[in-house]
Amino acid sequence: MLCDRCGQRQATVHLTEITNGYKKETHLCQFCANEIQPQGFGFPPQLNLHHFLAGLLNHELGGVGFGQQPATGGDKCTSCGMSEGQIMKHGLLGCGHCYTHFEEKLQPLLRRIHGNTRHTGKVPGRTGGRARLVKEIEKLKSQLKEAVSREEFERAAQLRDAIRDLEKTLEEGGEA
Amino acid sequence: MAIKEIVNRSHSHWMDAEGADSDIVISSRVRVARNLAGIPFPHLLNKEKSNEVIHALRLALKNQEAADVLGNLELCELSELTPLERQILVDKHLISPDFLNKPEARTVVLRDDEVVSIMVNEEDHLRIQCLLPGLALMEAWNIIDKIDDGLEKTLDYAFCEKLGYLTSCPTNVGTGMRASVMLHLPALKLTKQLYGVLNALGKLGLTVRGLYGEGTEALGDLYQISNQITLGQSEEDITNNLISSTRQIIAQERAARQVLYQKGAQAVEDRVYRAYGTLKYARILTSEEAMRHISDLRLGVAMKIIPGIRVSLLNELMVKIRPAFLSKIFGREMTPPERDVYRAGLVRKEFAGLPC
Repeated sequence: MLCDRCGQRQATVHLTEITNGYKKETHLCQFCANEIQPQGFGFPPQLNLHHFLAGLLNHELGGVGFGQQPATGGDKCTSCGMSEGQIMKHGLLGCGHCYTHFEEKLQPLLRRIHGNTRHTGKVPGRTGGRARLVKEIEKLKSQLKEAVSREEFERAAQLRDAIRDLEKTLEEGGEA
Repeated sequence: MAIKEIVNRSHSHWMDAEGADSDIVISSRVRVARNLAGIPFPHLLNKEKSNEVIHALRLALKNQEAADVLGNLELCELSELTPLERQILVDKHLISPDFLNKPEARTVVLRDDEVVSIMVNEEDHLRIQCLLPGLALMEAWNIIDKIDDGLEKTLDYAFCEKLGYLTSCPTNVGTGMRASVMLHLPALKLTKQLYGVLNALGKLGLTVRGLYGEGTEALGDLYQISNQITLGQSEEDITNNLISSTRQIIAQERAARQVLYQKGAQAVEDRVYRAYGTLKYARILTSEEAMRHISDLRLGVAMKIIPGIRVSLLNELMVKIRPAFLSKIFGREMTPPERDVYRAGLVRKEFAGLPC
């Protein structure tokens, strides 16, 4: 039997892959087998990311969430009209508001992808005023904790006051 | 116009083999995904709505404060370029292969040094990219950060306190940032250690891909390593994590090169010189064969086995021998056999007059 890949040399490596119940046999010569390793063996073929995500959505939510709905059905985002079914199908959300609208359903998925559900990175300068404030408060709080553990009480008091001021601004709905 | 120039020259700044560890790290790239508030993501937009996004970016680029940081940028609709020219932009890593799927209402912004590019209406409204030679991830992030600030002076981004920058695909939400390095790892591949290294990366939240992104094979022993996680880590954390992992891989690749040479100097030299001989004299070269030999030769140059060849020439050849660029120089599309002959001729010319 000749190698499936080069069609020139004798096939000596026989690979059987079973994906979703479909069996696929590949016969390769030693040369080609070495060539495609480690990409080929032991790894499933590259999954389309969006299909993969759609599968995750389905899995995460079991009987209650995404995936139980026909393509156009299910709850719809009030802003862009994207339905659960469509999100399932494409693995993409429709607009920024989808994140709010489907928040509860997305949480486990985000945790699964990122191991986290809270942004800690950059905050846009102009549109992220409030978020910037929250971030600053968090930063000061961790500094406060550190100061207390080092028994730097004077510094701790200053930090506490600064946090209080910022929290007040936040409550009043102001920006930094 | 400048974009026409860019598709006509095979050279890009990232090929310059400058900077740290450029024997192993070919290039560093950072890109961020940004969307405009109140507009559905690109896959839901019709042409008219897509054009609104382009228009908004046009205005943002005109903002003086933004323009100062952005430098000399040019905006070009994808439909103004021929399919060949679009493919060249992909081969030069300035736009993604996915960007070509729906050329209407998609626009690319390029800085004339090809360090900065922005894809408009890809999976997200904006994908801002910075591409530098060698290991220069923090530098790339700093450039992106400034550009992002510049654009945000005018644009309202889809952002929420909790989830950060909102993106079409939940795998990008948070920082919207993907940092990656392109590594040349022939010795790890030869010594069959790659699998172990790549496996370890997976555990650190990093992913490995071939040369042209998702689903492509590792042509020429080139591997692209990037962060997987975008939520819950700051941009600096992501960058530093990738830098330290890359340093580890560099150390391992260097060690593997040494082992290879100690165990069989002649075998390594033979491999390198055979590659050089083939590139210098072959009459027919498929792109796969050419890539394989360029990779071996690049290893030989990096290990100082062959003097007088610049690594930057080899980096450039990796793009130049691809079908799109060959056809561009040739002036029309070629059949694959025609192309293999033309490719061999072009490669011969590059090495003619070099020593050995």
